[in-house]
Amino acid sequence: MNTQINFAGIKMKNPVTVASGTFGYGREYSEIFDLSKLGAVITKGTSYKPKMGNKNPRVCETTAGMLNAIGLENPGVDYFIENDLPFLKKFDTAIIVNAFGGTGGTIQDYVNVCEVLNKLDIDGVELNLSCPNVKAGCLAYGTTYEGVKEITTAVRKVLTSKPLIIKLTPNITDITIPAKAAEDAGADAISLINTLTAMKIDINTRKPILANNTGGLSGPAIKPVAVRMVYQASKAVKIPVMGLGGIMNGDDAIEFMLAGASCISIGAGNFVDPLCSIKTIEGIENYMKKYNIEDINEIIGGVQMN
Amino acid sequence: MPTKLVQAELVKKQKLITNIFKFSIFSKELVSCAKPGQFLEIRVSNDLVPFLRRPISIHSIDKENNIIEFIFQVKGKGTEILSSKQIGDNIDILGPLGNGTFDLKDYKNVAVIGGGIGVFPLYELVKSSPKDVETNTYLGFRNKELVTLENEFKEASSYFILTTDDGSYGENGFAIDYLKKDIEKKNIEAIYACGPMPMLKAVKKLSEETKIPAYLSLEKLMGCGVGACLGCNVMNVKKGSYDKVCKDGPVFLAEDVEI
Repeated sequence: MNTQINFAGIKMKNPVTVASGTFGYGREYSEIFDLSKLGAVITKGTSYKPKMGNKNPRVCETTAGMLNAIGLENPGVDYFIENDLPFLKKFDTAIIVNAFGGTGGTIQDYVNVCEVLNKLDIDGVELNLSCPNVKAGCLAYGTTYEGVKEITTAVRKVLTSKPLIIKLTPNITDITIPAKAAEDAGADAISLINTLTAMKIDINTRKPILANNTGGLSGPAIKPVAVRMVYQASKAVKIPVMGLGGIMNGDDAIEFMLAGASCISIGAGNFVDPLCSIKTIEGIENYMKKYNIEDINEIIGGVQMN
Repeated sequence: MPTKLVQAELVKKQKLITNIFKFSIFSKELVSCAKPGQFLEIRVSNDLVPFLRRPISIHSIDKENNIIEFIFQVKGKGTEILSSKQIGDNIDILGPLGNGTFDLKDYKNVAVIGGGIGVFPLYELVKSSPKDVETNTYLGFRNKELVTLENEFKEASSYFILTTDDGSYGENGFAIDYLKKDIEKKNIEAIYACGPMPMLKAVKKLSEETKIPAYLSLEKLMGCGVGACLGCNVMNVKKGSYDKVCKDGPVFLAEDVEI
C-alpha cells in the first residue's frame, strides 16, 4: 500500500499536513506525538519582520467550528531561522513555511521574506493571500485575478529554488479566477480554503465577541464549501491542489481527495484532538484497505459526478 | 513540562452547590507533573457541537492516590454535558497545561485571595504549602448561597476570612478590603489571586501601591490551550509584546500584564 505523494515536488510520506496557524512551529504538539509521522508541517504565517497581531478576544467557538482573528502574530523570519527551523529539521517530515507580507503588506514585503526563504533548507513556501484578519496585504491581492497574478509573479522571481503554493481565500464568488491566476503566474500548487469571513455577536452586550469584530470561520461548519471549491479549482488548473477546511478524520480527507486534492491539511481539528492528524492518516489507510486501493494517488479527483 | 493527552476515569463526582460540580479523576500521568495554578483542556463530547475543549483549572492534586480534581460551574452546553458524566466514565483530558503556576518560591507569609468560582484554583497552593509558610486566605462570594469550600480552605489556611458582598454570610463586603486592612500589619510578602476581573484589577492596584508582588490567574477564550493558535493573548508590558495565557500563564506577575 502506497500513501506517498509528490506534491509539486514536495515528497510526503502521506497526504496529511497540518494547516498554517493551527500548529505554531510544531513545538507544542511535538510533546504529544512524533511529527515525523506527518506528510508535512506547515508553519505559522511568517513575515520578514515580527508582527504583533490583533487585540484580545481573538477566538470564539461557533456551531461545529470557531472564529479567529489572530492577525498573523509571528516572531519574524530571523527568529524562525534561529529557533524553529533547527527544531523542525530534527523530524523526518516536509517543512512548508507559510509566508506573508507583514504589517506593511506590500508586494515588496512579500518578496523580502521569500528572498530569505529561498535560501533555507525547507521543502516549500505557501504564500498567504487569504487572511481575512489583517488590514494590509493578503485579501487585497487574493480576491482578483490581477492581484494574485501580480504578487505571485513578483514572488516567483525570487523564489526560484522552492515549490511555491498559493493559499486562496473562499471569500470570492468564483474560486477558479485566483486559481488560474496563480497557475498563470508560475505557482507550483494552490491550497484552499482559508477561513470564511464571519461574525458572532454577544446578544447581551450587543457587541461582536472578537475585538476585531469579524474573524475567519473554520472547522467542520465550512467543510462542504471547501469541498465544492476544491473540486472547482482542481478542474480549472493543472497544478496540484492542497485541500483544507474542517477536516476531522480520514473520511473527510478522502472526500477532499476525491474532489481533487492531492494532499490535505488539518486545521482547527488539531485543537479539538491533538491526535487528529495521526488518526486521519490511519483513517485514510483504513479506507484504502476497505476498497483495495494500492496507491493513494489513484483516488485524487476520483469523484464521479451525477 | 510534558503535555499529556489521556482518557482518565471519573472516580468521584460531587455537586457542591447548584450548578457547581467537583470531579475527581484518577490519573497517574496527570498527577505526576501537575502543579498548582495549571489547567486542563477537557473534551466533553466526540460530537462537533460543542466544538472546542473546555479549559478548567486544577483544584487539587493528590499524589498519594493519583487523584486530580477540578471544579466547574455549568454555564453552557459544554459544561452541561460534562456535568452529566457518570462515575466510571473516561474523560478526555489534555494537560496539565500552563508554565505560569502558583509558585510559593521562598515566601514564608503570603496572602491568597479568591472570588466566586475563582477560589477553586487557589486551593492546591494553600493545601500544599509547607508548614512554615503562613497562608492568609481571603475568599469573597456574592451571597450565602454561593459559598463553597469554606471548611477546606479554613482547615488548610493559617488565617481565614470569608466575605459576602451582601453580608448574608461571613464578613460583610469585598475580600480585597479585608486584605488591604491586614496587608501591612501581617507583613505579607506575596499575593496570589484568582477571581473576577474587578477583583484582579484591585489586587494589581494594591500590589502597585504596596510593592508586594501579586500573582494573578487570568482567564481568556482559548483555542488550542497549548500555545499554538495564539488565541488567548495578553499584553506583557515589560516585553512590549503579547504573552499567551495558556502557555506563558495562566498565572502572571501582576506588574507584567495589562488587564
